[in-house]
Amino acid sequence: MTAHEPSAARRSSGRIGPALRGIASSLLTPILAVLAAFMVGSVVIGVLKVNPLLAYGHLLRGAVGNLGQLTTTLVSSIPLIFAGLAVTLAFRASVWNIGAEGQLYMGALLAVWAGTALRLPAGLHLLVALAFGAAGGSLWAAIPGFLNARRGLNEVITTILMNYIAIWFVAYMIHYPLREPGWNPQTSQVLASARLPILIEGTSLHAGIILALAAAAVVHILLTRTGLGFAIRMVGANRQAARYAGVNVAAVTVVTMALSGALAGLAGASEILGTRYRLLEGFSPGWGFDAIAVALVGRTTALGTILGALFFGALRTGANVMQASTGLPVVAVYFIQGLVVLFMIAGSAANFVRKSAERRKEAGTVDRDTGSAAIS
Amino acid sequence: MTEILGVLLSANFAFASIRMASPLLLAAMGGLFSERAGVLSLGLEGMMLSGTLAAFLGSYYSGSPWVGLLAAAAAGGVVALVYAAACVTFRANQVVAAVGLNILAVGATGLAFRGAFGVTHHLHRAPAFQPINVPVLSDLPVVGPILFRHLFPVYLAFLLVPVVIFVLYRTTWGLKLRSAGENPLAAETLGVKVERMRYTGIIISGLLAGMGGSLLSTGFISTFMEEMTAGRGWIAFSAIIFGKWTPIGTFLATMLFGAADALQLRVQALGLAIPYQLLLLFPYLLTLCALVLVGRTQAPAALGTPYERMGGSRK
Repeated sequence: MTAHEPSAARRSSGRIGPALRGIASSLLTPILAVLAAFMVGSVVIGVLKVNPLLAYGHLLRGAVGNLGQLTTTLVSSIPLIFAGLAVTLAFRASVWNIGAEGQLYMGALLAVWAGTALRLPAGLHLLVALAFGAAGGSLWAAIPGFLNARRGLNEVITTILMNYIAIWFVAYMIHYPLREPGWNPQTSQVLASARLPILIEGTSLHAGIILALAAAAVVHILLTRTGLGFAIRMVGANRQAARYAGVNVAAVTVVTMALSGALAGLAGASEILGTRYRLLEGFSPGWGFDAIAVALVGRTTALGTILGALFFGALRTGANVMQASTGLPVVAVYFIQGLVVLFMIAGSAANFVRKSAERRKEAGTVDRDTGSAAIS
Repeated sequence: MTEILGVLLSANFAFASIRMASPLLLAAMGGLFSERAGVLSLGLEGMMLSGTLAAFLGSYYSGSPWVGLLAAAAAGGVVALVYAAACVTFRANQVVAAVGLNILAVGATGLAFRGAFGVTHHLHRAPAFQPINVPVLSDLPVVGPILFRHLFPVYLAFLLVPVVIFVLYRTTWGLKLRSAGENPLAAETLGVKVERMRYTGIIISGLLAGMGGSLLSTGFISTFMEEMTAGRGWIAFSAIIFGKWTPIGTFLATMLFGAADALQLRVQALGLAIPYQLLLLFPYLLTLCALVLVGRTQAPAALGTPYERMGGSRK
């Protein structure tokens, strides 16, 4: 695939003004959505007889107040970055990967097996364990990709079903074949040779953050600078047109899902190899589902996904301090996150309505070709 | 193996299966209306959770679980209305809208509970439904204790199944609803108000899912905990698929999921060394295999596709 990339060409021509304006306008909706969510949140917090500014102060302090909190926020963002990238990449091909949760479980399973069962030199062992994690997620995601491409099965439905199969299968593996002798259902610890190194002594920050940022760069380059990325976006924009243009839509769908699953698998693997070192039941607090919100807030771009993941990670980390200081429950931040997502939809809907009104004015007729996705 | 047979054949297990199935059944029967109208019922989890809290608060303040049941239906309906506005009016992506609402519901219910009771480690209880022993029938041997000594919402769930079959397949309204999910463009041409049908379908799903949630906080136990539904809305969603989008199939699927749940509890309580995880995995694997074998022909054709009135462009 040697398709020429029009937008990359435009960007390289050095017109910085429009590019900056583009970034500003794409940031506008998320920023407004976040502000609106915090404003509504402050009213609710006020009703609960807690000073909202004080609560948000504690939230901020808990998220970034000192080195320990800041690194905790970064560490909790790592799986969200990986899983968010997984959703983002699939979304660009108009494929909904709701299965990141199951894929990260399978990634964690294979990573923990490689990290405990294999005997390899340090470094190589880590790479092999990460590769196993990526492969686990990738294979698990390729199945719904294949079923979508070949059998026309809705990937939303198949990925949800496969989440449960993965979660219960992993639970079985933890309870029986991989169980560490002892009372608790858990695997034994990943060997030191397969662990992600700690970056700052005395904190929990591990090298997974570097891998996550690198993965974002790879996704960005893949989407904007490669033939495959162009094909992915073509399939995402219009499957029919892509098919007429000679793109193998089925192959692109399967490959996109496999890559998406690899990213989700790395979300699980990085958590196991960098933080927990062993696999327990229910080790994910729902990163695979949060990833959908992360990708949305990040406007399904690689950079945006990083920002969205950091935002979600900061909220979840800060919530603990907020609870301890003000008595507000940790789930208060879920309220804010949910509002952000709904305000993002409302913002896109407002845009959608305004654009159709403008177009109607221009054309003088009712233009029906506005498309159906009110989110991107 | 004899141990597991012993569990499976006990009257206790049959009773528990019906109990565990009924919240799923209520939510899934509701979800059917949404799915047959063409909108994925991904918001069941949030609707159910809102119902769980509303039932508890309604029962706590009024002293009657019946008020709680109405409050639960109303709360589920309100969440459904927001989902419908996002998906139908604004044509937002159904996955995104549902994910947002489900997260929001966890936060909103947690905050509301905190608002009502403050920071407390005291366990608050609300009046719960009491078992209704059906006269005569509940005294029958074997069948009596299994089928006829349940709570009101449990009976409601099971009585709904024939009602849903009748409404969906034997009424004009049901035909219109299904046509909105199969071919909205053709339906619109024939005078069916597709958007209104979809709104109605989603709101029915909210009412019933909310009532399903009430069983958790004012039925089997009489208190509320954060994230109490624990994924039951998603299981109800899976049950609809397992049931091939038909009321009977969905009913049988919820029974299977309910039985798997009851079995898991038994096995854990008795400390048996049975890999129940594989049993819990089994229904999902079976559903996936069935989908693969039969293909997409079973799902409503327009499921998940936003509809733009009067011949808008559709993928």
